[in-house]
Amino acid sequence: MNKVSSTLRKFIKGRYLVIGIPYVWLLMLALVPLLIVLKISLSEMESTSVSSMMDWTHGWPTVKLNFASYIFVATDALYYQTYISSLKYAVMTTVICMAIGYPFAYFMARSPKHIQPTLLMLIMLPFWTSFLLRIYAWKTLLVDNGVINNILMSLGVIHEPIAMMNTPFSLMIGMVYSYLPFMILPLYANLSKLDMRYLEAAADLGASPFKVFWLITVPLSKAGIVAGSMLVFIPAVGEYVIPELLGGPDTLMIGRVLWDEFFSNNDWPMASAVAVVMILLIMLPMAIYNKYQSEQMAVKV
Amino acid sequence: MNQTLSPKTIKWFSLGWMVAVYAFLYMPIVTLVIFSFNDSPLVTVWSHASFRWYKALMQDSDLISAVWLSLKIAFFSAIISVLFGTFTAFALNRYKRFNGRTLLSSMASMPLVMPDVIVGLSLLLMLVSLQHWLGYPDRGLFTILLGHALLGTAYATVVVTSRLREMDNKLDEAAMDLGCQPFQVFRLVTLPLLIPALVSAFLLTFTLSFDDVVLSSFLSGPGYSTMPMMIFSRARLGLNPTINAVATVTIIVVTIAVIASSFYTSYLERKRKREVAQAYSDSNN
Repeated sequence: MNKVSSTLRKFIKGRYLVIGIPYVWLLMLALVPLLIVLKISLSEMESTSVSSMMDWTHGWPTVKLNFASYIFVATDALYYQTYISSLKYAVMTTVICMAIGYPFAYFMARSPKHIQPTLLMLIMLPFWTSFLLRIYAWKTLLVDNGVINNILMSLGVIHEPIAMMNTPFSLMIGMVYSYLPFMILPLYANLSKLDMRYLEAAADLGASPFKVFWLITVPLSKAGIVAGSMLVFIPAVGEYVIPELLGGPDTLMIGRVLWDEFFSNNDWPMASAVAVVMILLIMLPMAIYNKYQSEQMAVKV
Repeated sequence: MNQTLSPKTIKWFSLGWMVAVYAFLYMPIVTLVIFSFNDSPLVTVWSHASFRWYKALMQDSDLISAVWLSLKIAFFSAIISVLFGTFTAFALNRYKRFNGRTLLSSMASMPLVMPDVIVGLSLLLMLVSLQHWLGYPDRGLFTILLGHALLGTAYATVVVTSRLREMDNKLDEAAMDLGCQPFQVFRLVTLPLLIPALVSAFLLTFTLSFDDVVLSSFLSGPGYSTMPMMIFSRARLGLNPTINAVATVTIIVVTIAVIASSFYTSYLERKRKREVAQAYSDSNN
């Protein structure tokens, strides 16, 4: 009996350890930092440091909330435009990735079974090459005296270089290029499990290929569509590196604004407020994504 | 779409579509490699082949020390990530009900979905507050390491979780029935089965760390410039042929590592299957 209880005790200890260790680690590095951002966004910047929220001048603590940064974010036209244009570029990226990625994933799922692992590997392989270097590579392709313009000019297709770099076009190329695999992978995972018999049944009953696609394939791959769209849209909203390297001065993205507030203006409360508003913006798509993920899990169980 | 599309047309169309997408994905990488052997100081104008930029790279001591710093950070952050990612995956998979499970799983996926700038900003503000209270840590290698370890933990959790889901709980239960202590079960049964997942989690988190520029820029202090930070600051100023040379070297190293690890994991898989088959035939005889 004694032995059983000591085993049990060890097991319980193990349980606390296995849950406790990652809990403390993630609390420290994931949750607490976000709360600090929230706190600092409600403070104001004093000469070299952030103002303290607690005020002890009356002998008891009073909490001082300063909404100045939020008011500025809400009323300043530049911020408003930046949020709108970030959302616009993120939506455009998602739509273009879907338009390219859905047919691709569909064809991939229909290709012979034995070559599918290779096709999949070829999609994943660029992931292993530095993202930064791939974005830099686009710069060498798109600049005025870049590879694409040089080739087109030597072929005589154009006589003047096309200005592609530092425009919304180059930004979209970089964004679609970087996020396309994130769209293709969940779509492929979903479409490769699609039961072909439904499609055959619909075709037997006289549905046109277009109708089969629209009424059977698309609804059945809804989970893949949602997952892919969210995996592209959410990081695209806050992207910093791509607009900085490929976008022009007029392609406003919120990630760049946050960066500049922090590094150039040294305005921490402002950068934090920008971050909090960004989190609020991506909260809804994140909730949709989580809901679908848990529904998927429920179906599997 | 009309009904008269022949299967042949559809086949050619789908083939063309796939080739076009792969071309789009690989074109930048291929040009990067080709132009690294270009002799001209103009990155985009081909003169003739040479190793000029590789020689320049070998003399670029700033860049070389940045590479060493990145390698160190990537190695240690990958180890920490795999360790904490395994813990998180176990907590979430083995214990289906405990207070705050939802919080743990959302904290674990937070770095995956949050934009890098937010993760970087929030970690930096936390570390600054910590330094304010404790006088520690100074910004530098350690703080970058922490940031990468957080990001890596999230990814390692996903990799280990998917492996744990595939694994058969019956093996653990059998070991327990045969009198194993929980830790023995882990060491003798679960861990060997997990090794392929741990290897791929290590490689993934290593590359993530080696590639990161946003978190590093937020968390680094004076004198600590990682390789991506240096490449980023040079790329911002314009095109630079040494970047092409660095790119080619990393592409070669990464390709070798990926191929070697896929061979290694498939070797482990085959070995395990052979042992299982052996065990069955032994027990039947």
